[in-house]
Formats: sequence, structure tokens, C-alpha cells
Amino acid sequence: MSASSAFNDEKGGSSSVGEPEYGHDPASGGIFSSDYKRHDDLKEMLDSNKDSLKLEAMKRIVAMIARGKNASDLFPAVVKNVACKNIEVKKLVYVYLVRYAEEQQDLALLSISTFQRGLKDPNQLIRASALRVLSSIRVTIIVPIMMLAIKEAASDMSPYVRKTAAHAIPKLYSLDPEQKDQLIEVIEKLLADKTTLVAGSVVMAFEEVCPERIDLIHKNYRKLCNLLIDVEEWGQVVIINMLTRYARTQFLNPNINESLLEEGSGGDKTFYGSDEDEDEDEEEKEKNAEAPAMAKRKPYVMDPDHRLLLRNTKPLLQSRNAAVVMAVAQLYFHLAPKAEVGVIAKALVRLLRSHSEVQYVVLQNVATMTIKRRGMFEPYLKSFYIRSTDPTQIKVLKLEVLTNLANETNISTILREFQTYIKSMDKDFVAATIQAIGRCATNIGEVRDTCLNGLVQLLSNRDELVVAESVVVIKKLLQMQPEKHSDIIKHMAKLTDNIQVPMARASILWLIGEYCEHVPKIAPDVLRKMAKSFTNEEDIVKLQIINLAAKLYLTNSKQTKLLTQYVLNLAKYDQNYDIRDRARFIRQLIVPTEKSGALSKYAKKLFLALKPAPVLESPFKDRDHFQLGSLSHLLNAKAGGYQELPDWPEAAPDPSVRNVEVKDSVPEWTKCSSREKRKEKKVEKPFYSDSEGESGPTESADSESDSASGSESGSGSEESGSGSESVESEEGSESEEEEEDEEEKNKKKKKKELKKPVQESESEQSSEEEERKPERKSKQRKSDSESESDEEESESESSQSESEDSESEAEIKKKKKAAESKPPTKPVKKENKKEKKEMSLLDLDDFEPAPSPQVTPVNTFLSNSLVTDLEGLSLSDTVLSPATIAPSSALKNYELLHRITGEGLSVEYCFSRQPFSPDANMVAVQMQFTNNATSDTKNLHMEDVKLQSGMRVKEFPEIELLPAGETAAAVMGIDFCDSTQAANFQLCTHTKKFFVSIQPPVGELMRPIFLTENEFKKEQGQLMGMNEITEKLTLDAKCRNEHAIVQRVTTAANLSRVPCGSDKECRFAGRTVTSSSLVLVTVATKEEGAAQLTVNCEKMLIGTMLVKDILLALTQ
Amino acid sequence: MIHSLFLINHSGDIFLEKHWKSVISRSVCDYFFEAREKAVDPENVPPVLQTPHHYLISIYRGKLFFLSVIQTEVAPLFVIEFLHRVADTIQDYFGECSEGIIKDNIVTVYELLEEMLDNGFPLATESNVLKEMIRPPTILRSVVNTLTGSSNVGDTLPTGQLSNVPWRRAGVKYTNNEAYFDVIEEIDAILDKSGTTVFAEIQGVIEACVRLTGMPDLTLSFMNPRLLDDVSFHPCVRFKRWESERVLSFIPPDGNFTLMNYHVSSQNLVAIPVYVKQSISFFETGPCGRLDITIGPKQTMGKTVENMMVTIHMPKAVLNANLTATQGTYTYDLTTKVLVWDIGKLNPQKLPNLRGSLSTQVGVPKPEDNPSLNIDLKIQQLAISGLKVSRLDMYGEKYKPFKGVKYLTKAGKFQVKMLCTAHFSTNWRSEYI
Repeated sequence: MSASSAFNDEKGGSSSVGEPEYGHDPASGGIFSSDYKRHDDLKEMLDSNKDSLKLEAMKRIVAMIARGKNASDLFPAVVKNVACKNIEVKKLVYVYLVRYAEEQQDLALLSISTFQRGLKDPNQLIRASALRVLSSIRVTIIVPIMMLAIKEAASDMSPYVRKTAAHAIPKLYSLDPEQKDQLIEVIEKLLADKTTLVAGSVVMAFEEVCPERIDLIHKNYRKLCNLLIDVEEWGQVVIINMLTRYARTQFLNPNINESLLEEGSGGDKTFYGSDEDEDEDEEEKEKNAEAPAMAKRKPYVMDPDHRLLLRNTKPLLQSRNAAVVMAVAQLYFHLAPKAEVGVIAKALVRLLRSHSEVQYVVLQNVATMTIKRRGMFEPYLKSFYIRSTDPTQIKVLKLEVLTNLANETNISTILREFQTYIKSMDKDFVAATIQAIGRCATNIGEVRDTCLNGLVQLLSNRDELVVAESVVVIKKLLQMQPEKHSDIIKHMAKLTDNIQVPMARASILWLIGEYCEHVPKIAPDVLRKMAKSFTNEEDIVKLQIINLAAKLYLTNSKQTKLLTQYVLNLAKYDQNYDIRDRARFIRQLIVPTEKSGALSKYAKKLFLALKPAPVLESPFKDRDHFQLGSLSHLLNAKAGGYQELPDWPEAAPDPSVRNVEVKDSVPEWTKCSSREKRKEKKVEKPFYSDSEGESGPTESADSESDSASGSESGSGSEESGSGSESVESEEGSESEEEEEDEEEKNKKKKKKELKKPVQESESEQSSEEEERKPERKSKQRKSDSESESDEEESESESSQSESEDSESEAEIKKKKKAAESKPPTKPVKKENKKEKKEMSLLDLDDFEPAPSPQVTPVNTFLSNSLVTDLEGLSLSDTVLSPATIAPSSALKNYELLHRITGEGLSVEYCFSRQPFSPDANMVAVQMQFTNNATSDTKNLHMEDVKLQSGMRVKEFPEIELLPAGETAAAVMGIDFCDSTQAANFQLCTHTKKFFVSIQPPVGELMRPIFLTENEFKKEQGQLMGMNEITEKLTLDAKCRNEHAIVQRVTTAANLSRVPCGSDKECRFAGRTVTSSSLVLVTVATKEEGAAQLTVNCEKMLIGTMLVKDILLALTQ
Repeated sequence: MIHSLFLINHSGDIFLEKHWKSVISRSVCDYFFEAREKAVDPENVPPVLQTPHHYLISIYRGKLFFLSVIQTEVAPLFVIEFLHRVADTIQDYFGECSEGIIKDNIVTVYELLEEMLDNGFPLATESNVLKEMIRPPTILRSVVNTLTGSSNVGDTLPTGQLSNVPWRRAGVKYTNNEAYFDVIEEIDAILDKSGTTVFAEIQGVIEACVRLTGMPDLTLSFMNPRLLDDVSFHPCVRFKRWESERVLSFIPPDGNFTLMNYHVSSQNLVAIPVYVKQSISFFETGPCGRLDITIGPKQTMGKTVENMMVTIHMPKAVLNANLTATQGTYTYDLTTKVLVWDIGKLNPQKLPNLRGSLSTQVGVPKPEDNPSLNIDLKIQQLAISGLKVSRLDMYGEKYKPFKGVKYLTKAGKFQVKMLCTAHFSTNWRSEYI
């Protein structure tokens, strides 16, 4: 250890000596053990057959690298082991390669083939790490190989590999910027990726490679906003910072009206500078030439996407990661309406409890914010009080914030606090405090005198620094209104007797000289005293004495003529040449002689010119033109690669550019435990359907049913920019209302999206299509209970002009639409009838809403065998018996495989709600295959099932032949383990494979059971506390009678009704399919549509999700 | 993003370097050393430094500097937060984060750094994920590894990386299922000379140690969640549940983690557990002064105050202290001028007192500096804010776990101002405020 320490200091240490610190080096004898010998030893170990020896050698080599020693001569020996089987050796070899490949390019090439092989490995970790190393090897010659590998990995099925590809993009870019165009293509592709894993990395790549291509974000904007909360923390920071910039280019300034109104109201306005406002006005004037006056006060309406961003980032203020909190804070600061910015204050104050480095950065940003938005932090004033244990830099920053926060009301508290700081032992801090007092005094007139007096007292401080600082500050303060403070100047004049600090003496003399008119009697006396002590003064004081003398001579030559001459004479023989020079110069200037030039006429002007009062302002003023939280802001200088925060646009760019993109469902239930998250498994789809082109990624239908996640099939993405008029008009009206309610918004969005493709592809029309459409439509509408009739109306109208091309799309849409609107509409009607019938016939209290007429499903276990039989029948029949399908039409149909994605094959599924006979723990999923292609599809079966632990799948029997244009059905069973995790598998035909996934709504994870009223009450009594979830709701207008409620609840969840004495209450019971946990639902109605929903369930998670689903069903 | 990382010890040796992009010479650290020289204390080194070609962002932890080199614009907090995460990870792996431990495990640390960043962008920072990729060293495993040649490196992608719960590793199994929660509260307070509270607030943290089999879904609820003014959560906590129901619902990571941090607002009256009577005076003539401190319990809710410790930063002029303590021991560090009085348990019957004389430098005028008195204390089984966990429920698994909650109150930045000379401030106050 001791021997080595000498060498540790060798910076950059070229192939230097031993590594005795690291372990048991046999050759660690000392300085004289030669490199050769030691490295030979390592080489030998690397060449051996034993993995343990290799590992040992590699560990030692990596330790050398870690310590900054050169190990490059081992390259050939190491690179041989790149294909080693032992995973740890391999990893260490990778580490070595990445470090030295740049230096030994030729040798590094030897390893490339290994990585290329690794890229094809079935193990995703190996694929990813091969790509990581390959892209980290900075060898220009392999750029094409890297490019290829990145492209390939960008469409890899594993999101982890795609993430790695995103990471590789900036690496390649820095190696060869020529590749930019190709890389942008990859970025564009990856931006469309819907996994949270990839999002952060690809945005980072975007920021490094093509931050100027803001247009790439449009289509992904909403998705990014929605995914944000589930992206890992680091990705969140990058995405939020990027979106801040994006929003600045796309939305209007939310404070525009305020800044117009506020004209001249000082600080707050500065940022949105007046010229900008003018521009805005002009712009608008051009637009509305006839009503220019109106334009100015045009009400501002926030773009819903702007709102979306603000809303989705807000929860992140609660992140544990300071960087995320800061990112959200800056986003709010730069983008939010003034009234809403306040929310960030609390979170920022919280960060002040963190590590001192975090405090440092946060305080810098808070300091900038307090200048513009003081009110925001005022309630937290005390959080910025300084502790004696704070590091100086933190103290100074807190002081800055306190000063910025000072106003008339709190100044006395702040000054009291400042007093104690002046007593601190930390002199830099004391100096800063004095300056802060000075600034408070300039800003707040009321306390100027108080501060001045306090500062004057400080002049007697023993510490030179304190005095100097005080004098400087007093000087500045006095300059502001000298006439009022002649008494202070007098007081200071007296101080010259006591104060010894030269700087202070000099400052006082300057003050007296400058304001000698205010102290006409004292000034000559001071000069007299000074003249006496002139020879003993310090140089700076002497210079000021000369100045004072000169000024007095000019104003009061009668009294001071002799004194001045005396002083100048003394100075003439001073040891210091500066003083001698000054004396000579001043004598020539002020004492009129024959020789004296023209200048002496101006002497008065020269010496007694009005000097402007120094401005005491915060160093943080105007720093906010840098994006807060950025490095550039911190340094107050533009750092390399900094992207300017653009000014708000004068007119909002077309918001429809963002429309195309799927507004994907947000969150994972791990965070919000809502059903929304189910959809996330679908995300990989677009990758397996490259050729989609215009028609865009296809969302499977079931995600549409989720109302919280407005979604759309992204068709016609390219043309979207030129959105047709009707869309625009719709949007106009929409944006005004939109702010209020998320759900409402989503609904609308969906509606809008539905229309879109319709309008876009109004080309060739197939009359046949045309006829079929309205017909079906009207049929549906008839059954509608008129709830959404006007919406439907407009849609059906537009759909009449639909082209064949978009037919299937529209069909899906319609189904989606149907699925959406069904609960309250069609099935309701249908089931209503059934119920009535059942009631009258059997007088059963628990009318079971399971929609299959074939099964009498009251007690599902009993009917198992029957169902099996029936299923057997339907399956054996390749031509589908309509009877089997019919019942499911009442159920929601979900799309498993879209026609275009499936290249002609489309698959839909529904949860048939029948017991799955081979395994009672499984949920039966009925699938319907349609072959829309021109050729037959053979050997339709499933493969490669990927499930969460515990889940099981019973595959459907292979369909050997599905002729063109035919349809077939099959049933499969899935044990979801009572979770809403998706079951992923591949659907294979004889030629193709499609990745698909099935994700159940929570309501399908249960089967109905029969309970009596008493049993129900008893069970409910046992499921209290945390197992009970209660929500208040207002029933939808169409859903105020008992039947409608029953319909809606049973559509949302596979439950059976429990008889109940009161007609104010509807009760339902079921058990989860896998664990047979009881699920009890009660809907108690009150007056005016008010109702209370209670769910009791052993499984909390299920309960929570179910509540949300039922709530949705009942309120819409 | 992050280009390189250098670990630098207290005396300025670089003992580990890692580059994620091309190699940057360690001479870049010279700018840092310069700044380090200028700042007297290591805490005072500016966290962000600008050099002609690079930016240096550093943190100081455990007597080590983590210095990262940046070349382009990046959010400074991003880097700072990441560096702290590195330190946390090292601590998590090896029990402490010190020069010795890093040197002993230099290869593992290097591998960790390799996994944590890719091209300077964080890749895997969740400790549960990292532990699956690179297993932390244990004695047993290192013995096994030497014998069998097997490795510490996992060969499959940790499931956490892909799942919705990246913080939890899959396939966790324990024979004893237990979940412990420590509610730790710190009182931050500034008291003025007379004992009046200038500023007080409570910062709390819930540290969890969860060792549960499978995928448990936990719900932790409080008796009085209204107390909590501001909270921040581990990513596992479902924010919406908190918003709507004020319960913490989460699938926990495996092992130790910080579940939440909270803040109890200063609007609620903060109970101050002790009072301090202190006087310090220096005589106008003669090289000495007097010190007298008494501490007594104030609002302790019937609990005993333990680990009492008083630290005073004395004015520079104080040469030595000659004191007697009725309880505990005191030390006075002549170089740093820090007086530490370790009291131990606070006995309400017999209040501890420290008094005696201070000797000051001859010829130097009496100190004007403002010594402050920092108090350290612990109260077991008490959360001073009154926060109480009401219940912990587990869903998703069938077994019955062992559950435990512990409360602890500590003094955070608890400071009592001592004003030994007050002529300036009294004048000022009487006249104007």
C-alpha cells in the first residue's frame, strides 16, 4: 500500500507499475518488478483453459483500468477471450474492449464478428449487450455495421434491446455525424414506440442528434405526455425538458392577457417583453382587420394539449428524484398560467432538505424564480433562514432568496434575521449580508433609514471586511438621496477619528468630498484634520484626501485654499508616485495660472459631475431567459449543446398536427390501480407491421373501450396536417370546453378521431359498401336509447361517403364505437327484454344477465358439461353457426389482430362468460377469425405464449384451413391469475407469425354466483375495512331505473344479481375465476340520480379496478 | 451526458476513474483541485465548475468526492442526483461508501458503474435490478465462486427491467416473511436566545425493510394522514391512491428502501422536546469568559430523551475551556474550536449542567462572533408530529407476514442561537423594529 501510493499520483500513469492495492498480485514485490514479467503472467492466465484463471486475470486488468493505469499492451491476449463462455469473463472483456478499442482499431476488428453473432442471440440480454459494446467501440470503420445493427435492433421484439438501440444512436452520431439522416429515421421509428422503457432513451437520442426536428414530436406528443408517469426517472427528466421546449413552440402564452393588462406593473412583465406583445397585437390585427380592438383582449383559451402536459407532469412533483422535481418545476415556471405556478413552490422547498449540492442548484433556480414570481415563495420565507452549519455558498444563495422575497410586510422579520447573520463567524457571509441589507434598503423605501443606521453602526466593527462592505453599501445608499442624509454624512465624518480601516476612511472622505455642499461646515474641518495626519495615512486614503481637497477648493476656495495647497505640497513629495502624479495633475487642473490650459475651465464639471447612483440588483435578474434547471442557467452562460428556450409563438401553430397520434392509455395499475393500464401490452404491435404506412399503427379494439384513454387508430397520419375543415371547426368548439373534464375530453377526442379517416379518404366509393353502411348504422341507431344520437348522426353521415379502402377501418371504428356505446345502448335493450321474460317465467330474483341463450347460467358449475357439449358442437363446425356468435354480439368484441396488420387475417375476441370446461380456473375467450385475404390461410395456431408468473393458457385447437373470405371461431382458456396482466402469444399461420396479446377487463375475471340476501349480508360483513371501497356517483340520466343499472353493472362485470328487499338497492355477487375470492357489489340509489357504489372484495386490486369500471358504466 | 467519473479521496488522490465515452485525461481534475484549495471546507467546493472545455459536477459524500465530467448541456441536478445514486448503490452493496471499501471491491464497483450508465445516460439504477445483474458480494458466495468458478454476474435480463415494477426482482422467497417500517422524524428548529421558536418544522421519512415472498401488494394507512403537508414517494407508491384515499398502496422493492419522505408544516405547532438555558459572557478585561448551560426536557410526551449531545462552535478567540459537567463528558477541540458535550440520557429529576470558564487570547478584544449551539437527541418510540400508522394490509399473497412499525424522533438541524454581545442588535431593534 505504502509503496504504491507514490505511484498513484502519477496522473494518467502510462504503463506504470504495480497494482499492489488490488489484491494478490504475485509480482507486486515492488518498484523493480518489470512490466514485462507481470503482464506475461497475466497473459499466461488469459491463455489458460481455466475460466477461473481467466477471470482472475481479467479482474486484475479491469482493476488496473479502474485505477487509470495503462493496460493496452494486453489487448491481443484479452481480445481472444471475447467469445469466452463464462459470462463474467465476457463482460470484463467487453469492458476492456470498450476502453481500448479506439487505440487499437485493427485488433478490435477481430472481435466484431462475435458481436454480430451476439446480435442474433435468442437471449435479449446478450443481444442488448452485444449492441452496447458494438456501438461503444469507437472505430470508424465499423460505422456501417453499427448502422445496420441499430436499425435491426430498433425493430427488435424486446423493448430492452430497442432501448439499447436508442442509446446507441448518439454514440454512432458522435462517431460519424454524416449518418444523421439515417439516424433520424431510426429515431422517428423509435419515437413511435409505446413502451415506457424506450421513451426516455429515444428522447435523449433525439435531444443529442436532432433537437431541431421538433416536428418529429407532434405525433408522439400525447403519447409521451401520457406515458410520462411510468417512464423511469431519468427519462422523465429528459422528456419533460424537451416537452417544455416543444410547448413553447406550439402553444400560446397562457399569461398573454395578463401581461397585456399588467402594462407597467413592473417586474412580472419583463419576461414577456413589450415588443413581443406588440408583435402579438399586430399579428392579430392582420387577422381580424375589422376588429382590431377586439383582438387585443381576445380571451385566451388553453390548448387541451397544453393542459394535458401540465396535468400529467404535476404528480411528478412528488418524485423522490430531485432532478424530476426540478424538471417539472421549470416546466410549470415556463409554461403554466401564472395562477398555477404556485404549486411548485412547496416541492422546491422540500428539496432544500436534500444534499447540499441539490440545495445549491435548487436555490439558484429559486433565486431566479423569486425575481419574477415573488408571491410564490413568500409563504415559505422561513425555510430560507440560514443555519450556521450551512456551507457558505448555500448561505449566500439563501440570502439572495431572502432579499428577493423582502417586501414592505416582511422586511422587519427579514432584517431581524439579518442582524443575527451579521454576527456570524463566516466573514464572506457577513459581507454578503451587508450587501443584502443594502439591496433591501434600495428596494424598500420604508426601511432605508433603518438599514442605513444599522449599517452606520457596523462601521465600528472590528472586522475590516465588514467595515469596508458597510461603507461601500452606505456609499451606494447615500448616493440615492444624499440631500436627506447630511446627518449621516456628518456622523461618518465624525467616524474618521476612530475608524482605522483605510478602505473605510477612504470611502468616508470620498463621501464628504462628493457631498460637501450638504456639510459645508464640517468638510473643511475634516480636511484640516486629514491634512494634519496626511503623512501617516495609507495610500488610498491619501488619494481621497487629495480628491477631497480638490473638490473643496472648487466649491469653497475661500476657506480651503491654503489647506489644499498644503496638502498638495505634502503630496508632491510623497514616496508613492501615484500620489505625486495625482497632486501634480490636480494642481494644474484646479489652480488657475497663466499657463493653465482650457481644461481648468471645466474642472468643476470634471470633479463635481453628478455621479449616477449605482444600481443594486440581483445577479439573478434576467437569468430566466435560460431554461431553468439547465446547466446554462446555473452558469449564466450558454453551455455547449444548449437549446434556446423559444419565445411563445404569436399565433398558435395548427394543433391538429398532434391529432393523428394515438392517445394511448396512461398508466400502469402499479401506480394508479385503474384499469387503464391494461393496454400497455399492446404497444409492441407496430413493430411487426412495417408495411402499414398510411394506415398507421392499429390499436386493438379493446383499448378503445377504455374511456379514460381516448384512442384512435392512427390512420392517415401523413395527411393529418391538412385536416379538413370540419375537423377544424369541431376543434374550435372543442377547445373552448375542453379544459374541464378529462373524460369528456377523451370521449370527444375519440369522436373526432373516428371521423378523421372518413373524411380523408373520400375517393372511390363502393356503392355496395355505401348501402350496407347506413343500413347497419341505422339499425344500430334504432336500438340506441337515443343517448348519443346526435353524435352518431354526424358520424353516420360522414360514413356514407366512405371509400372501400377505409371500410374495414371504419368497421372497426364502428365496432369500437359500438363497444363504447353499447353498455348503455343496444345490449341494454336486448337484455332488458330477456330479463323481463325470465322474471315473468321463472320469477327468479337473481336474473342472470349472462348473454348466452344456450346456457342457463345461474350456477355455472352445474352447467359445465352442457357448455362443453355446445362448444364441441360449435368448434367442429368450421362454418360458424350463427348461434354461437350471436350471444357474443351482446358482449364487447375486442380486436386481436387487425386486418391490415394481419395481412388479410383479422381476429376478434370476446369474453364469452361461459365456464371454460377443460379448466374451471380459466376465463373462456371466444375468438373469431376472418380471412379477408385472397388466399387461404392454413394451420392457424398459437405459439410462444408469454405470461406473467402463475398465468396459464389453454390453446385453441389448430384451425387447419381457413379459406379466403371465410370465418371461423375457436375458444381458448386463459387463467389470468386474477390479474389484468396481458397474455401475450404469437398467432401463427403457415406463413406468418403475429404477436398479439389479450388483456381482460377486470369484470371478466369473475364468474357469477348465487347468494341469498342473508348470505350476501353476512359475506359483506366479513369484507369490511380495507376490503370495502365506496364511491359516490351521479347516475347517468339514462340509467336511473333499476333495470338500466342492472344492465350496466352486469355488462361491465360478469356478476349475478342478488335478490334484495329494497328497490333502492341492487346487489351483485361473483367470485374471481382463479382464486374464488368473493366479489360483492352494491348500488344504492338515492334521489335525483345520486347513488352510492360499494364493492367488497378480498382482492383489493380487483376491487379498486372494478369500482372504476362500474363507475364508468353507470355514469356514462 | 455524463462523460467520465473520478472518485477522489480526502487528500486529493484519484483512486477510480470510469469513462463512458472516449477517455478524458485525469488532468481535468486539476481545475477541481484548484477550487478545492480555494474553498477551505470540502463542503464549500462549488458543485458545478466550468473549465475551458468541460464542466465538472461533483458531490461530496463520505469524505469522498464524486467528480463527473460533462461536455454538453445537461440538467445539473440530473447529474448530482445520479452521483448520489451511485453512492447509495455502493453503500447498499457493501454496507458503507468509503475509499477502503471501494478499493477492496474495485472490480464490482467498476462493473456496477458500467451497468448504471450507458453512453452517459442512466441505464439501470434500481438496486433490485442491479443486484440481479451483479450480485453483491457475500462471504459464502465468494467462497463458492472460488471453488466452482461460477460468477457474480447474472446471465439473463432481470425481469424488473421489463416489468411494470422495475424496482422489484422476481421470484423472491423467504422463509420468514417480514415487513418493518421505521417512521423517523427530525425536528428542524431555530430557537433564539430566549428560547422562543423562530422556526420549526418536522421532516419525516419512512424507511422500510420488506422481506416478503412473491409479489405482495401492500397498503399502509395512517391514523392521521392530514398531518402530512408535503410528501415525496418511492416510485412504487401509487400516487392516485394517495391523492384520493390518503393511503400508501405499493408493491414494495425487495429489501431496504425509503418509502416516503414527508414534511409536517410549520403551521402545526411543533413540539420542542427540550429547553436550553444558556449564557456565555466574556469579560471586558482579562483573558476569560464564562459559560453556563442547562438543559431540561420540555415536551417529550412522557418519553425519555436519549443520546443528548450539544455542539458549540466557539469564537476563534477562545483558546481553551475549563468546565465541569454534572452529567456526561465534554471535549473541546482546540483547532476547530468546537465544544462537544455528550450528555446521554436526559434525567428530568437532575438536569444536566455545564459551566466553567473560557480562556481567551490575551490582547485580543472580546469576541463578537455569534456562537451557535447545535443539539442532537433521540427519542425512541415517538413520532413527535403525532403521526401514527394505523394498519398495514397485504394483498396478492396468502401467507401472514410479520409486521412491525418503529417510531423515532431525532433532532435534525436543531439550533439555538447564543448572542453573547447584543449592543448592535438591541439598538437596532429598539429604534426601528
